[in-house]
Amino acid sequence: MAELGLSGIRKGFGDTLILKGVDLHVADGQLVVLVGPSGCGKSTLLRTIAGLELPDQGTIRIAGKDLTKAPPKDRDIGMVFQSYALYPHLTVRDNLAFGLNLRKTDPSIVAKRIDEVAKMLGLGHLLDRFPRQLSGGQRQRVAMGRAIARRPSIFLFDEPLSNLDAALRAEVRVEIKRLHAELAATMVYVTHDQVEAMTLADKLVVLNGGLVEQEGTPLEVYERPKTKFVAGFLGSPAMNFLEGEVEGGRVRGEGFDLPARARTSGKVSVGIRPHDVYLAPEGGLTLDVEVVEAMGFETYAHGKLGGVKFVARLEGDHRPKPGERLRLDVAARHLHLFGPDGARLAVEDVASEGPADGPAEKKLQATEVS
Amino acid sequence: MSHHESHERVSVLQSVLSHALLIGAVIFALYPILWVVALAFSAGESPELGPVPVPDQFSMEHVEAVAMRRTDDGTWIFALQLGNSLLISIATALFAVAIATPAAYALSRFTFVGKKLTLGAMLATQMFPGVAAAIPLYLLMDALGLIDTRSGLVLVYATSAVPFAIFQLRSAFDAIPKDLEEAAMVDGATRFGAFRRVVLPTVRPSLAITFLFAFMTAWNEFILAATFLNREENYTLPVVLQRYVGEHAAQWGHFAAGAILVSVPVMALFYWLQRNLVGGLTAGGVKG
Repeated sequence: MAELGLSGIRKGFGDTLILKGVDLHVADGQLVVLVGPSGCGKSTLLRTIAGLELPDQGTIRIAGKDLTKAPPKDRDIGMVFQSYALYPHLTVRDNLAFGLNLRKTDPSIVAKRIDEVAKMLGLGHLLDRFPRQLSGGQRQRVAMGRAIARRPSIFLFDEPLSNLDAALRAEVRVEIKRLHAELAATMVYVTHDQVEAMTLADKLVVLNGGLVEQEGTPLEVYERPKTKFVAGFLGSPAMNFLEGEVEGGRVRGEGFDLPARARTSGKVSVGIRPHDVYLAPEGGLTLDVEVVEAMGFETYAHGKLGGVKFVARLEGDHRPKPGERLRLDVAARHLHLFGPDGARLAVEDVASEGPADGPAEKKLQATEVS
Repeated sequence: MSHHESHERVSVLQSVLSHALLIGAVIFALYPILWVVALAFSAGESPELGPVPVPDQFSMEHVEAVAMRRTDDGTWIFALQLGNSLLISIATALFAVAIATPAAYALSRFTFVGKKLTLGAMLATQMFPGVAAAIPLYLLMDALGLIDTRSGLVLVYATSAVPFAIFQLRSAFDAIPKDLEEAAMVDGATRFGAFRRVVLPTVRPSLAITFLFAFMTAWNEFILAATFLNREENYTLPVVLQRYVGEHAAQWGHFAAGAILVSVPVMALFYWLQRNLVGGLTAGGVKG
């Protein structure tokens, strides 16, 4: 096991700069999840860690050693590919043994490891099959087993579950969490799946446009997104954004008028998660319902709020009809305010309820975004 | 209802027509071959056949005469010539695959200066018939002292077999996901190790097909062989065959028997490689 440190990683392909200076620290035994939209550089970053791409600038340290320019084979990493990349001409047993055999491991140790891994992942009855004879879920397990068998110091996962169906995905997700606990291994996990990101991560790193936009525990990032981008990216359904103006301790816009404990004034984006609103006859939000999705235990009301799309999550027994007008409210601590530059504005820590009298003050907390 | 019936009638008609067409095509393709077979097993110097190609009198005399032919000093010349054909074809095929494999891999995986030019130049060589180069090749071979040698002919064949093999193998390498090699490299292989342990085994069916193609072009080639080989003991089988239908006498029976003897090794090779020709070896390696 080992810790991983990246500093100032820059990488471009031709004229396109993909990574624009990424710093990342993964502690020994930590599971870090990299999330971000397509093209944000998360896969490139993972491939750079693996040594499949060499960074144009920056350093990569694994277990304290500078391995920036080392070939993949000398980095002691195990990688699970999105496509699984099983060797089609080898049986499951030989796939698992491939890396060990390359390192001229003693055959008795190889056999023991294969045994262990097969037991851990339930592959025992599949050892003599070829990849083409396996189902998608089984292939995925073999791919994980192949990485585990070598006992690398760092595991890399590149969207390992994206080719599985929903039920299987949930199952393997739990499995990975269990493996992480069992192996106490350092892991870097790339995904675009919200649930994987939230449930697996010790530390969540949101990448955007080749830069780290925010990092922290999943709940930190979810509850206090530093930028409008992170706020909109995490959470499903996504956070609603309303354009309004802060004035005199309230934030107002078309269709809404809410108390806002912000010591700022001027134009803001108001972020409200669908899950944070509730029905209230005197509420400051007016939603014209257009589409209703009843999920049973909860209901999503989609509609327009002041001409802007807005989604509200209601308890299961509230089922409004299309065309209905709802009054909703939201707790002030669940308001996320963002300035015109997309940075989060301090809300919570301003106690005064009255109108702001000082100069508009913005607390930019996204200074890490370089 | 009536609509449904008419629909059915059309499909019956279609089926009859397409079968008739296919049967016609099969007869068209097989008729000459049946003629050759019938001729080969007929008796007499120049056997006559009716419209239905069946020998009047079954005989192995032509096959025997061709296969057992000896020169005046008692050398079994047919064996020698069969050996020439096999040697030259196998050498050409091995040569082509050996050179084309690394070249095709490089062209598939790397970008380098002159890549497009290389591909274009190789494509250009495929546009000219081999004969077009016969005279310059003859001068070259003469200067190198390779006229009337088997190794010289292998070189000549390789000039066209190698580029073709490169094109074939390049598309085979293109079809192999890069992930496979990358997985091998992360697992501890060098790039060459990944190539040898993962890419080559995966591409085996294409290697077999490429080998077969190169073998067959060399095996069947006549004009260049006839141009560059002078002595009878260096002849390849196509040259031998042609001489049965010479200017002075046409020994059609011998020719037909020879044609069948020439086809047998190719059929055997096809049969042997058939296992590899069935694709699907890549299946299952990556998502599917």
